[in-house]
Amino acid sequence: MTETGEHMATEMQEVKFYQTGTFTVGNRLLAEDERSVQANMQRTNSLNSGHRACQGCGEALGARYAIDAAMRATGNQLIAVIATGCLEVFTTPYPESSWQIPSIHSLFGNAAAVASGVAAALRVTGNSATRVVAQGGDGGTTDIGFGCLSGMFERNDDVLYICYDNEAYMNTGVQRSSATPPAARTATTMAVGKEPGNVFGTGKNMPLIAMAHNIPYVATASVANLRDLEFKVTKAMGIHGARYIQIHVPCPLGWGSLPADTIKLARLAVESGLFPLFEAEHGELSGSTKIRSKVPVEDYLRPQKRFAHLFGKEPDTARLARIQAAADRNIARFNLLPQ
Amino acid sequence: MLKQIEGSRAVAEAVALCRPQVICAYPITPQTHIVEGVGEMVKDGTLTNCEFINVESEFAALSVAIGASAAGARTYTATSSQGLLFMAEAVYNAAGLGLPIVMTIGNRAIGAPINIWNDHSDSMSMRDAGWIQLFAETNQEALDLHIQAFRLAEALSCPVMVCMDGFILTHAYDRVDIPMQAQVDGYLPPYEPRQILDPADPVSIGAMVGPEAFTEVRYMAHHKQLRALTLIPQLSAAFERQFGRASGGLLRSYRTEGAETIVVALGSVIGTVQEVIDEMREAGTRIGAVSICSFRPFPLAALRDALQNAARVVVLEKCLAVGLGGIVSDGVRKALSGIQLKGYTVIAGLGGRAITRASLLQLFTDATEDELEQVTFLDLNAEVVNHELERESAARRSGPTAEAILRRLGTVASHIG
Repeated sequence: MTETGEHMATEMQEVKFYQTGTFTVGNRLLAEDERSVQANMQRTNSLNSGHRACQGCGEALGARYAIDAAMRATGNQLIAVIATGCLEVFTTPYPESSWQIPSIHSLFGNAAAVASGVAAALRVTGNSATRVVAQGGDGGTTDIGFGCLSGMFERNDDVLYICYDNEAYMNTGVQRSSATPPAARTATTMAVGKEPGNVFGTGKNMPLIAMAHNIPYVATASVANLRDLEFKVTKAMGIHGARYIQIHVPCPLGWGSLPADTIKLARLAVESGLFPLFEAEHGELSGSTKIRSKVPVEDYLRPQKRFAHLFGKEPDTARLARIQAAADRNIARFNLLPQ
Repeated sequence: MLKQIEGSRAVAEAVALCRPQVICAYPITPQTHIVEGVGEMVKDGTLTNCEFINVESEFAALSVAIGASAAGARTYTATSSQGLLFMAEAVYNAAGLGLPIVMTIGNRAIGAPINIWNDHSDSMSMRDAGWIQLFAETNQEALDLHIQAFRLAEALSCPVMVCMDGFILTHAYDRVDIPMQAQVDGYLPPYEPRQILDPADPVSIGAMVGPEAFTEVRYMAHHKQLRALTLIPQLSAAFERQFGRASGGLLRSYRTEGAETIVVALGSVIGTVQEVIDEMREAGTRIGAVSICSFRPFPLAALRDALQNAARVVVLEKCLAVGLGGIVSDGVRKALSGIQLKGYTVIAGLGGRAITRASLLQLFTDATEDELEQVTFLDLNAEVVNHELERESAARRSGPTAEAILRRLGTVASHIG
C-alpha cells in the first residue's frame, strides 16, 4: 500500500492500485458490484451522445453520470426536469434531443416547482415506482430558481434537485452568479480596475442553505470523483423527500481552461479545499470525502484564465492569501483532512 | 341542489365535482376563499384522490401545475391581480406547452397604486398568453363555467381561465344550483392527456424551437383558439342538455332586436346594464346589450352578427389600455371592420369604483344622443384631476400623485358608491 493509499479509509474491498497520478481506482481492479455505473456496458446513456455541448463540458459529464446512476437506482423509472440554461440548450433541440428518458423544460427559475408538480401527479396517480430529478445550473439554482427551490425543500417534496455548478451564467456568455467565486473574471465582474474580477465577501453557499431546511439529504460532488458522485446520487434515490446534490462542473469556455483539463481542474478544486465534498442528513453534516493530497489554491487557480489577473507581473498575494484562507476554512469546517 | 352560499364556495364545490388531482394554492385577495374551500374538502376527505399543495408564490403555483399537468394529472389553481402578473412567465409557458390547466381569476385591479378591488386589468393583461378566457356574469355561471372549462381545456389541450369579478361575485352570497356528482361525471370524462411524461414512452417536452418551426408552433396555438370558437358553443349546448340551464357560450344578446344602441360588456356589470336597458326600453329607447363570455378566443364573427345592425356601440370596459383607451374596444372595432357606425369606449369600475344605475342611465342617454367623447371615464372626478394637474404644474417636487389625491379627498368612506 502506498503512503497516499493509507489515507483512504475504505470499508469496502481493500484497494491496491490507482491509476497513475489520479487516485482513480481502475474499475478492472474492483469486484463487479463495486464498479461504476459508467463502467457498465448496460448503462442507460440517459443523456445520449451527439448533443451540442462544448468540448470538455463538465456539465455534460456531470449530467450523464448523475442521471445514469439515478436510472440504475430507480430501475429506469425516472422523469427529468430541466431548467433553462446550457444543459437545456445543448440537449433538447429536436430532432437531436439527447434525452433518452421523459423530460420537461419549462422555465429558468421554476425547475424545482415543476418537479414538485410531477412528484404530486405521480403520487396521486399511484405511480410510486417512478421518481423525478430536477436539474439546473448555478444561476438557475442559487439565483433565479432560489424561491422555488426553497419551497420544494420546505415542503419536503419527493424530488432530487441536482445543481450543476460551473460558477457563472455560461449560457448567456459568462456573467456572474451568486456562485461565482471571489476574484473570478466574468463578463460582469471584469478583470479591470484596482481589484479585478468578482468581489470578496459575496455569494451564497447553496448546500448549507439546503441543510438549513433540514431536508433528508444534501451532498456535494465533483466530476473528478465519479464513484463518489454515483454513490451520492444512488444514495439520494434511496431516500424519499427533498434531496439536493451540487456537482462541481468546470466550464472550459467560462473559466478559460483547456477542455482536456476539466477533470484535472475539478480534482484540484477538491484537493485544494475550495470545493469540499460532503454529505448532510436532516440538517447535520454526516460525512466528508477526505482530501488525499492537499494542494495550494494556486495550483487550481493558475491554469484558469478567469484568474489570470492574480498572477500578473506582481502576483496578487493578498487576494491569493484570502482565497487560501477560504480553502483552509473549508478544510477545518468540513473536516477534509484525515486526522 | 340549491344552496345559498358565497361565490367562492360555489366555485370551490364546482371544482371539487370536476375531480381535480392536483391543486396549487397561494393566497391573494380576493381569490383566497376559493382555494381555502377546495383545500378544506381535500383535508376533510370530501375530495379524494387529490393533492393540495401550499406553495411559496404564484410563480410556483403555476409551475407546480405545469409539472403536474405534464405528468398526467387534472390540475387547478386560482389567483388574482399581482399574483397573475407574478406568474406571467409561467402563464405563457403553460399555454405554449399546451397543458390543460384550469385557473380561476378573481378579477382585481393591478397596482400601483395598490388596490384590492375589482376590475379586469389582471386577466386582460394576459389576453395574448394563449389561454382561453371565459368571463362569468353571475355566481351560477362561474360555477357552471368551471365544469365546462375542464372539458374545454382537455378537449383542446389548452389552459383555460375562468374570470369572475373579485368581491362582486367571489364574496357575494347568492343562490346557486350545485349539480350532482353523477351529472358532472356524465359531462366531464376522465382526463386523457395528449402528452405525458411516461418512462414507458419517453418524450422531451419544452424543447428549444428555432426560426425554422417557431411560426408553425405559434400558428398551432392560434388554430387551437379558432377551434375553440366552434367548441365553446357546442360545450355550452351540451351543458344545457346535461344540467338543464344555459351557461357560457361565446356571447349573449339582450334586447338587441331593432336596437340602435348596443352596449357591450363583460362580467357581473351586465346585470346592472340590463336593468338600465329595461328602464330605457320602457321609455321607448331602442337599446340593447351584448355580453361577451369568451374574451379569448375573441368571437369576431358572432360579435359582428350581433352588432352590425346597430347605429352605435358603447363598449363598457373595466380595464384601461393606458395611452390608447379601451382593450375590449379594439376587438369590437375589428369585429365591425368595414361597417359604418359610431363607437364609444367607456372606462368604468376601475379599482372597484361602483358602476351605478344612475351613472349608466346618464351615460347611455348621452350615448343615444351622440354626446359622448370617443373615450369616456365614467364618473371621473374632474375637479380632483384638474386640481392635481395644477398642483403638479406649480411645483417641480410635487410629490407622489396618488397620495396627494387621497389627501385632498380626505376620509374615503363617504366617496365610495
